[in-house]
Amino acid sequence: MDAIILQVLNGLDKGSAYALIALGLTLIFGTLGVVNFAHGALFMLGAFCAVTLNELLRFSTETVDPSRTDFLGNPLKVKTPYVENWFGPDIGGAMIEWSVPLAIIFSIPVMIAVGIAMERGLIKFFYKRPHADQILVTFGLAIVLQEIIKYFFGANPIPTPAPDAFIGSFDFGALVGMQAGSIIYPYWRLVYFAFAALIIGGGFLFLQYTTFGMVVRAGMADRETVGLLGINIDKRFTIMFALAACVAGLAGVMYAPINSPNYHMGMDFLVLSFVVVVVGGMGSLPGAVAAGFLLGILESFASMSQVVNLLPGINQIIIYLVAIIILLIRPRGLLGRKGVMEG
Amino acid sequence: MLGLNKRDTLLFAIVIAITLLAPIILNPFPVASDLAQFNAGYPDLMQRFVIFGIFAIGFNILFGLTGYLSFGHAAFLGVGSYAGVWMMKLLTMNVVPAIIVSVIFAGLFSLLVGFISLRRSGIYFSILTLAFAQMSFSLAYSVLTPITNGETGLQLSLNDPRILGVSQTADGSIPMTNFFGIAMRDGFELSMGGWLFTFNAGYYLCAAILLIAFYVSIRIFRSPFGVMLKAVKSNQQRMLYTGLNPRPYTLAAFVISGMYAGLAGGLMVAMDPLAGAERMQWTASGEVVLMTILGGTGTLIGPILGSGVIKYFENIFSKINDNILHDWFAFLPDGLEDFVVAIVYPFVGKGWHLTLGIVFMLVVIFLPGGIVEGGQRIAGLFKRKPPEDKNKTAAASAPSAAE
Amino acid sequence: MGILEVKGVNKRFGGLKALSDVNLDIAEGSVHAIIGPNGAGKSTLLNCFVGRLEPDTGTVMFDGRSLLGIQPFEINQIGVSRVFQTPEIFADLNLLENVMIPAFARRDGAFKINGWMSVGDEAEIREEAMTMLDELGMASKADHIAGQLSRGDKRRLELAMCLVQKPKLLLLDEPTAGMARADTNNTIDLLKQIAKRGITMVVIEHDMHVVFSLADRISVLAQGTVIVEDEPGKIKGNPKVQEAYLGGAHL
Repeated sequence: MDAIILQVLNGLDKGSAYALIALGLTLIFGTLGVVNFAHGALFMLGAFCAVTLNELLRFSTETVDPSRTDFLGNPLKVKTPYVENWFGPDIGGAMIEWSVPLAIIFSIPVMIAVGIAMERGLIKFFYKRPHADQILVTFGLAIVLQEIIKYFFGANPIPTPAPDAFIGSFDFGALVGMQAGSIIYPYWRLVYFAFAALIIGGGFLFLQYTTFGMVVRAGMADRETVGLLGINIDKRFTIMFALAACVAGLAGVMYAPINSPNYHMGMDFLVLSFVVVVVGGMGSLPGAVAAGFLLGILESFASMSQVVNLLPGINQIIIYLVAIIILLIRPRGLLGRKGVMEG
Repeated sequence: MLGLNKRDTLLFAIVIAITLLAPIILNPFPVASDLAQFNAGYPDLMQRFVIFGIFAIGFNILFGLTGYLSFGHAAFLGVGSYAGVWMMKLLTMNVVPAIIVSVIFAGLFSLLVGFISLRRSGIYFSILTLAFAQMSFSLAYSVLTPITNGETGLQLSLNDPRILGVSQTADGSIPMTNFFGIAMRDGFELSMGGWLFTFNAGYYLCAAILLIAFYVSIRIFRSPFGVMLKAVKSNQQRMLYTGLNPRPYTLAAFVISGMYAGLAGGLMVAMDPLAGAERMQWTASGEVVLMTILGGTGTLIGPILGSGVIKYFENIFSKINDNILHDWFAFLPDGLEDFVVAIVYPFVGKGWHLTLGIVFMLVVIFLPGGIVEGGQRIAGLFKRKPPEDKNKTAAASAPSAAE
Repeated sequence: MGILEVKGVNKRFGGLKALSDVNLDIAEGSVHAIIGPNGAGKSTLLNCFVGRLEPDTGTVMFDGRSLLGIQPFEINQIGVSRVFQTPEIFADLNLLENVMIPAFARRDGAFKINGWMSVGDEAEIREEAMTMLDELGMASKADHIAGQLSRGDKRRLELAMCLVQKPKLLLLDEPTAGMARADTNNTIDLLKQIAKRGITMVVIEHDMHVVFSLADRISVLAQGTVIVEDEPGKIKGNPKVQEAYLGGAHL
């Protein structure tokens, strides 16, 4: 029992990331009809927003502290981050420590700007081109984006810690009244899951209860008609794309403490997210979320030692296997509508 | 000649000439000159040009003709490589059986993957092939270690049986790959004036196979079968109501291109008997997509050009560092020199992927027919009034543009 | 015994009964028109002949073989060709290739790998295709890309693609829809010539001028059922037909 709960919990954080990326992908596909291979790169950009803010906050002045000496007896050089000078050591220190959550605020305008630039500058010219062309051009863009990041940040992963308060693990088992120590779960993963749930919930509320959301949903159901109604679709497309970019970016920001960001993390997540979208059903928002969590959890179950002993290697391929089977027996995915891109 | 029309014969003759003279053409700079680092005429690189050329020609038979975009072709190359190394471990260091077995295994594997993946089309097909390739990659990395030797990669060893050969040579080393006794690394160097040309046996074996592969692809493109494949891309609905079954046609194209990939994989191990799982990763599949599109999808020569350009970038362009740039721009005033170098630097050397990404995007946006279309447009400029017939063939051979 | 026998065909889409107990018997060598108001089920019926739809019940026999349960390409291979309402052609290929493909399909069957032959050496097929293009007045455009043709030309091309297969039965779905009067008359002449070669034709058409100049027999379809079948001369005055077109339209 506890083993099962543990696997479910383990699957949640990866599942959250899959769900968030897949949500944006399917939103873009459903409304704009564009297959965006650069979506993983947006996730990666988000993670690097966290890295950037962390580094910015750590910008330091170097002063000599005559009262202290280093081990050679020379006066000690002390690095003081500017923020500590400006806001005092307490607030400044806290800002550095909390750089990842702070990066959420920082990344929203950045990701929106990136999203708008991408849509206006590139994607909009591809609405009427075949899907293969869309895949290709966004694939090229993904390469470009990741190479730019590589140029500025190097090829190595950059550790970006979570705030101290969330470092470490807690005893989930004891919390729910099971044997103490049976389920140990890191705090940050729980935060990540909660964050993802918040964004997904917020997204759905937005789409459900705002006029904008209504138009978007109508657009996903029947693109031509909405265009015919004289609604300014162009502007909404841009906003949609920016929002999707933002969701992917936020997913990346919060993922930075779980996996140190590196420039090719986007490509790694992209393939899986596409699989998630396809399993959930192209253009289905609930499908993307459900499939994201489902596959995340399935993946962690498959890596249990009992399962791996039974079926060696299954943990490596489970997601792909599920995707292949779903595509063959139910091409529209779990919750997809009939006829989306079938043929 | 050879059952080809005039134009194709000319094209084929040019390709023959270039591949045979490549060791000279690719070494235009004297050894002592500063520009010698841009010489690409060394065996290792020339072999790669040719091998990836074969890979891309095969990919183009699928993508260029039928329009099915596979993101999993590297898996077939990988399977071919593993099969080839196993032949060398078990049977003989002669490359011929290794290459034949590579092609067969890749063909069988692509038959399986194609049979399943082709039940869907469009993006679903792309994702299915992607999933298969990633699965093969993961398995080769983990569970299949007894066959693939996992992370280390499959290598030859002194204890291999090699039934028709020797486990080890008299001096206790692993025997070399050969073609009926001609070692693949053999060759001779020709020094003329300041120039040095290397003629390598391995390269010429690859080149000969490339020419055969290219010839076969021309025949396929010009055959009724090739027309049917174009019909698959154009309108499957019409095919069905015209009494044609599109699925076996597409599957045949898929398997043929899988066999080309296997051939490339086999040649890789024939040149360097080593096979690793990373050859199967989806980014490796992405590379052949880049090559084909950059060169010109659906054109005969495009894939060869594309693979040449990318491999040249990867191996030569990537060596340009900031010292070299400073040398180049030394004629500028100091401040300007630094500025120009700072601007150019991110795009060259280790940043060559960035340039590649940008060029690729530009090609997809503005030049869907790739380098070939670019060449035709330039030729058209010089001819004042582009002959209608030429436009027509361009459109017919690169229909992705027309959609 | 006609070449195409349709017996008791029913087809439902959810709650909607699209075809109910349709019976047809189409004589070999005749031109048979199916007319009826919009939504009468004409296209549905045609789709049941070519394997695009499967009737819920009933039989469709062509030349003694059932057309049900087999794939569209198999139906074509036994001699049924179809012209669509919106022309289905190979838009990326040139006209000659467009016409050669069906010719290959007739000679080589549904699937054949002849990757070693050159299209250039297929003189016989090429000749056939050129002749067909010439007959339809498009020989001069043989090397044009089909997608760039005018709509009328696309229709003629599609007709050429069907005729080059020398089908026993040709199904035409509104062959003159959207055509100017002159074009329509040309098409009528063309179809008359085809009819003279003994190709059986089933035509769905709205334009009564076309119907009455071409058809040997007419079936009137209304609300999924054949209400009248007769010679053209007798259809005009039939009160049931008037009812279907005038009164019945609002039922």
